[in-house]
Amino acid sequence: MKKIHFSEWGIESPRYWGMLAVLGAIIAIAGGAVYYMEHNGHWVTGMTNQVVWGMPHVFAIFLIVAASGALNVASIGTAFGKKAYQPLGRLSALLAIALLAGGLAVLVLDLGQPGRLLVAMTHYNFKSIFAWNIYLYTGFFAIVAFYIWFMMDHRMKAWYKPVGIFAFVWRLLLTTGTGSIFGFLVARQGYDAAILAPMFVIMSFAYGLAVYLLVLMFVFKADGREIGAGLLKRLKNLLGVFVAAVLYFTLVYHLANLYGTENHAYEAFILRDGGIYTLLFWGGWVLAGCLIPLGIIYHPALGNSRSGIVAAATLVILGGFATVYVIVIGGQAFPMAMFPGKTIVASGFFDGVNGQPMLYAPSLPEILLGLGGVALVLLLTFIGIRMLRFLPTTLSDEVADPQHAKP
Amino acid sequence: MSSTEQQGRRGFLKKAATAAAAVVAPGVVLHALPATAAPRTEAVNAKVRWGMLIDANKCADGCNDCVTACDKENGLDLVDMPEGADEAHWERQRPRWIRQVKLKDNLSGKITNLPMMCQHCEKPPCVDVCPTGASFRRADGIVMVDRHICIGCRYCMMACPYKARSFIHAEVAEKLTHTPRGKGCVESCNLCVHRLDNGGRSTACQDACKHQAIVFGDLNDPDSAVSQALKKYPSVQIRADLKLNTGVRYSNI
Amino acid sequence: MIRIRSIMLFLASAVLGLVVGPGTVLAGEAVEGTAKADKLEQCVEPTAVMRRNHFTFIKHQRDLTVRQGIRGSKHSLAGCVDCHARKDASGKAVPVDAPGQFCAGCHEYVAASLDCFSCHSAVPGEK
Repeated sequence: MKKIHFSEWGIESPRYWGMLAVLGAIIAIAGGAVYYMEHNGHWVTGMTNQVVWGMPHVFAIFLIVAASGALNVASIGTAFGKKAYQPLGRLSALLAIALLAGGLAVLVLDLGQPGRLLVAMTHYNFKSIFAWNIYLYTGFFAIVAFYIWFMMDHRMKAWYKPVGIFAFVWRLLLTTGTGSIFGFLVARQGYDAAILAPMFVIMSFAYGLAVYLLVLMFVFKADGREIGAGLLKRLKNLLGVFVAAVLYFTLVYHLANLYGTENHAYEAFILRDGGIYTLLFWGGWVLAGCLIPLGIIYHPALGNSRSGIVAAATLVILGGFATVYVIVIGGQAFPMAMFPGKTIVASGFFDGVNGQPMLYAPSLPEILLGLGGVALVLLLTFIGIRMLRFLPTTLSDEVADPQHAKP
Repeated sequence: MSSTEQQGRRGFLKKAATAAAAVVAPGVVLHALPATAAPRTEAVNAKVRWGMLIDANKCADGCNDCVTACDKENGLDLVDMPEGADEAHWERQRPRWIRQVKLKDNLSGKITNLPMMCQHCEKPPCVDVCPTGASFRRADGIVMVDRHICIGCRYCMMACPYKARSFIHAEVAEKLTHTPRGKGCVESCNLCVHRLDNGGRSTACQDACKHQAIVFGDLNDPDSAVSQALKKYPSVQIRADLKLNTGVRYSNI
Repeated sequence: MIRIRSIMLFLASAVLGLVVGPGTVLAGEAVEGTAKADKLEQCVEPTAVMRRNHFTFIKHQRDLTVRQGIRGSKHSLAGCVDCHARKDASGKAVPVDAPGQFCAGCHEYVAASLDCFSCHSAVPGEK
């Protein structure tokens, strides 16, 4: 393994500015959508008093979960001392910050009172996991910023490992906090499960790595940098392990629910009768998000081709959105069980009459806001790698792989 | 709590009850005091815990009087559908503090009617999850939203086991002085807190119920109508499994 | 300095029911001298204190009212509205946040946002 050099992203200026312009335009459209929703109020969205969190939350939670996962690549290099991952650390940390910024922007812009963000910063209820998350998120920005600095500045080398370990612990706490937003909700049948916190952690591993892989392959290809086949193989195998773990947690979560009669109605809703939620569970969460990527990753030919890896990572991300949609929206669409042994036959407030699910259809502005968050992630990342030395000049196996056998 | 403390509290409440000249007899509805009662000048305290008992047997099929009265009392009828909104969709977005629910027993087919609203839990999940502390429980047991610091995140709506809360989805042109309301905040039944703070001793829904299915009062006063009724008739809490110690109880569900 | 003096002028004249000048009385069909405050010498505190501290008073009061249920206090927003809202020719109250009216006139002038009435009623309430 040779010494690694880093350099700014070297694509031609017109292409760089063109991409920035496209991303900027998407963000501007999202800004328009936000103005429209905030000016009118949430009646212009698909959200109601029954399904109170909608598409913006699906995007926000996916991005926040992926943010902590994107940092994993750096953590493996630092906290676990795997040399092959160390050159990948800078981009990993940058992407983590960008993803969190994108996710939080979407979350905050959907608030009923986004202008009162200062209130959220000055009034705290420490029994609320949401309040804790405000600290976990802002702390994450700060810690990862220091982490990047110490990765880049050789004078701070002594601090590189301690901060890396601290960042790793912090990101575990952060995703635990995000999963607990749902895990702590005793009211709803789909939530109220401690397993949601570790499941979110494992989801973050998979989604974060998938996003990382796609961004890495794209930006390297764009300015003609090399990624060694050996390194790619490590990363895609790691993705395979993470995806398999998501599948495992999914299995345990539903098996536990299926065992207790109490949750049979909820399971029947998600697994069999839930319409769009059932479709997204099997087609998105399980098939597109887990089984097909696993098939590709461990396929002897597909798994070693770059397009195969791109396809697998893309499917993991799409499946991830489906997963978060089923958790966030599906969990609300299922009527709350308030009267066991009885059926609600009429209600003045849409209480799930005759077991009917709550209706929700995402509106265009909500989707545009979410896409704006995604565009913001890419914009921040591209600006970051253009301005500072985040990218290794090459990741060819003979340079970057410590186990590379000399030919 | 020591027994002497208990004694002291009882004594105080008895005096208070006499002073308030409330009608105290089981099964008899407590009526609002005349409007001459003075507004509160001292902070509410935990000597009182407001609550109610709802007798589902008395609640009549097809009757919506409590809902109408609540809408009028708290200005919910002033919340207009925004121009251009889809009516069916807006129905799911407009605020409601109290609602009629009709249940059918899965085994016997027995039909039960009851009003549902905020259950005013002693340990409210909405208060637990609120990031800013806007969702809070007042010393006298009323769970409400301080909309000055509500950021509109709706996490309380995710957390409420009774689906009792409403988000204000649109600008509200006309509002009542005693029930402020604005776009982007969450709200729910506050047991007609403006009445209680101005010396009243009943809620709009209770007054409106001609079947006398709702008995409202001080759960901490053993002589109050609601305490007497709770002592006399078996009652349940909805989602008692969550052990939230609700202030609203039901009998004959 | 000019700004502050103008505010004081405006407030004083609003309280005394005087016409300040063009621009401040344009809104609505509010009739001068129809607010309860117009007939009073002074607000719940000396005028100078009110000018400087009215927002502190109502902010403090709002917490007492919402959290502790204290409504019988002189520093209530409902009290401001009740006393300072003018009436139009037909006797109907004009909102205090309408352009040029008691609250809005000043807040517009100093470009301070007036957030109270996005939720609170800007006309005297039912008794």
